[in-house]
Amino acid sequence: MRDISAEVPGGGDYHPPCPDQVLENVLENVLQFLTSRRDRNAASLVCKSWYRAEALTRSELFIGNCYAVTARRVTERFCRVNSVVLKGRPRFADFSLMPPNWGAHFTPWLTAFGAAYHWLEKIYLKRMSITDDDLAQISLSFPSFKELTLVCCDGFGTSGLAILASKSRQLRVLDLIEDEVNDDDVDWISCFPENGTCLESLSFDCVEWPINFGALERLVARSPNLKKLRLNQFVTLGQLYQLIVRAPQLTHLGTGAFSPPEIWAQGSEEPDYEAAFSACRSLVCLSGFREVVPDYLPAIYPVCGKLISLNFSYANINAEELKSVICHCNKLQTLWVLDTVRDEGLEAVATTCKDLIELRVFPIDASEDSEGFVSEVGLTAIAEGCRKLQSILYFCQRMTNAAVVAMSKNCPDLVVFRLCIMGRHRPDYLTNEPMDEGFGAIVMNCAKLTRLAVSGLLTDKAFSYIGRYGKLVRTLSVAFAGDSDSALKYVLEGCSNLQKLEIRDSPFGDSALRDGLHHYYNMRFLWMSSCRVTLQGCREIAQTLPQMVVEVFTSESTSVKDEDEYVDTLYMYRSLERSRNDAPAYVRIL
Amino acid sequence: MDRPKICERRDLNLKATELRLGLPGMDEPENQSTSCTARSNKRPSPEVAEDCGSWTNNSRICDADRDGEVQDRTPPAKSQIVGWPPLRSYRKNNLPKKSTDDGGGLYVKVSMDGAPYLRKIDLRVYKSYPQLLVALETLFKVTVAQYSEMDGFNGSDYAPTYVDKDGDWMLLGDVPWKMFVSSCKRLRIMRSSEAKGLSCQ
Repeated sequence: MRDISAEVPGGGDYHPPCPDQVLENVLENVLQFLTSRRDRNAASLVCKSWYRAEALTRSELFIGNCYAVTARRVTERFCRVNSVVLKGRPRFADFSLMPPNWGAHFTPWLTAFGAAYHWLEKIYLKRMSITDDDLAQISLSFPSFKELTLVCCDGFGTSGLAILASKSRQLRVLDLIEDEVNDDDVDWISCFPENGTCLESLSFDCVEWPINFGALERLVARSPNLKKLRLNQFVTLGQLYQLIVRAPQLTHLGTGAFSPPEIWAQGSEEPDYEAAFSACRSLVCLSGFREVVPDYLPAIYPVCGKLISLNFSYANINAEELKSVICHCNKLQTLWVLDTVRDEGLEAVATTCKDLIELRVFPIDASEDSEGFVSEVGLTAIAEGCRKLQSILYFCQRMTNAAVVAMSKNCPDLVVFRLCIMGRHRPDYLTNEPMDEGFGAIVMNCAKLTRLAVSGLLTDKAFSYIGRYGKLVRTLSVAFAGDSDSALKYVLEGCSNLQKLEIRDSPFGDSALRDGLHHYYNMRFLWMSSCRVTLQGCREIAQTLPQMVVEVFTSESTSVKDEDEYVDTLYMYRSLERSRNDAPAYVRIL
Repeated sequence: MDRPKICERRDLNLKATELRLGLPGMDEPENQSTSCTARSNKRPSPEVAEDCGSWTNNSRICDADRDGEVQDRTPPAKSQIVGWPPLRSYRKNNLPKKSTDDGGGLYVKVSMDGAPYLRKIDLRVYKSYPQLLVALETLFKVTVAQYSEMDGFNGSDYAPTYVDKDGDWMLLGDVPWKMFVSSCKRLRIMRSSEAKGLSCQ
């Protein structure tokens, strides 16, 4: 870009750069410091010059919907990218609501990036399909590749991991989080560089097959920078012991199975687990605890006082067992548990964890008519004890408006409120009223709320509250709720910041759909399944908004027929491109 | 309110109140289509298999809303709704088993060769092998001794054995106490003459 035909001092002509050029050079230098993508997007809209300068200096790419833009457009605009975040399938795909092979393939992106971003260092993918060949190609294309994080991805296996481990020698981070990993019977743990690795973070708790433990032990021994290690359930407690005595510098640890090994050398004593944990003076985050035998929990007492994050969401422990741990955890900010800890366990949390910011309570029995071990009692206790709470996900079988209102008043910093009353259409347990008032209070009192998931018996009134007060809400999840189109209209007309709207099994139809025409271009996507939208209604949207990609499909991987009364699933999103060319046959793009 | 209605039956459905031998539900017409579509999960869990049924219609309790036909069948059991409650399949497949006992008691059966009936003891009451052996001796009024390489069964007629998680018969005392408690499924007090076979491994 710089066109200074400056010469050696003392000889030739000197042409000073024109003012525009100076401005652009200065701008580039300044814009380098802008890191937030929202700020950068704003800056790029000022004028063409700023647009160009911003494009030259953006190093971190965030693409929230891989079909909103093509790789080519991206690589043409931004040329100096070293980090990419790419998201594919919509969230409801996690709940088996999307037929298989729908899309979100990484390969075309990789091809484009390989050509354009030679110095790419970081890739973060969520809900995408990535193949073993892709993993191999990453190593080939990016000589300084450092960090790979895959969340809820599929399509790859241990053979791809082996290639990545052996060829990307500067790899610092390999985090596999809730992926589906194929087992090709390859010992990938052995494939990391022999002379020492740069590994700082290694997470493989979702790999559902045993790994070569001896190789893992040696790997840990030759990875002096390793801070985060998350093991899978095939690593026993005894093996864990051997690992953490070699790596007391760990800050984040995901244990494997927290139960003693099957085979034991006769006559030997049990290792001193407590001492091993004591030696980990920097440990702030604990997770794992698969197949937990609660008798062994005291081993972690020494680290509890420093813990910021504790994930017991795979641990079947009761209230007493949780209490014995939690009473030491007064610095805890993030806690994930199973509902087996009951309201009593949550009361203990409320008493001790005054700094709690995020709580997730998962059900051990995820069915509609399960017993339900937590209730409004636990929620109220948390509301009263954890005033700094910002994020909550709570699965239960019964709830009251009063408890939800209490939370809305006691926890004004709430940003994320996701309540899942597992029985559909369930009213307030005590009053038999709909849950309208509770959720209404949340949107009214929690001024910072950006993410909301509703459940229970809800009338249109609840949605009128959401539309009126939920001005900052960006993500809204609705299931089995509402009485009529008015509900959806309230939301589409009122929630001016709405980005992601996912709805299932609610009686909303074409009239409501039309009501959002003014807003859909501002959204990342709209998902409606098992509602009352017709093919004609969807067509209208597609015709009115040419830059919306309107996909319709049925749950059974068969095409939507013209004569079907309602469309099973509508998934629509804004895009700068024409509709994608990799859609499977059963997806109709209108 | 416009919510899905429960189907009404057209006839009196005398069949339902008919007295007959045989399991209930055997004569019911197979109205549910059983296309169990493979979803994006590569490895279907037992729960997913149970969720079978035409999952287009699962979310609507009855087809009557759509086609105007009145179906003579009961609404599908509530737990058949696909994707509800909204828990990722990875998490669902990896949940630990629900515990059947509450409060931490760990009762196992104890049998003794020659005794007419079995007993049950709570392993969590004891803190060590010697304590357990004393309890067994009290229960069955015999001397039971741990095996040691030097003394054999120490003159007692009986040897304590147990079945572990894998279903194997094990001699008591080899593993640390806590490990034993977590893996023991039942106890058997064997005659030492028989138990000699165990010790000659």
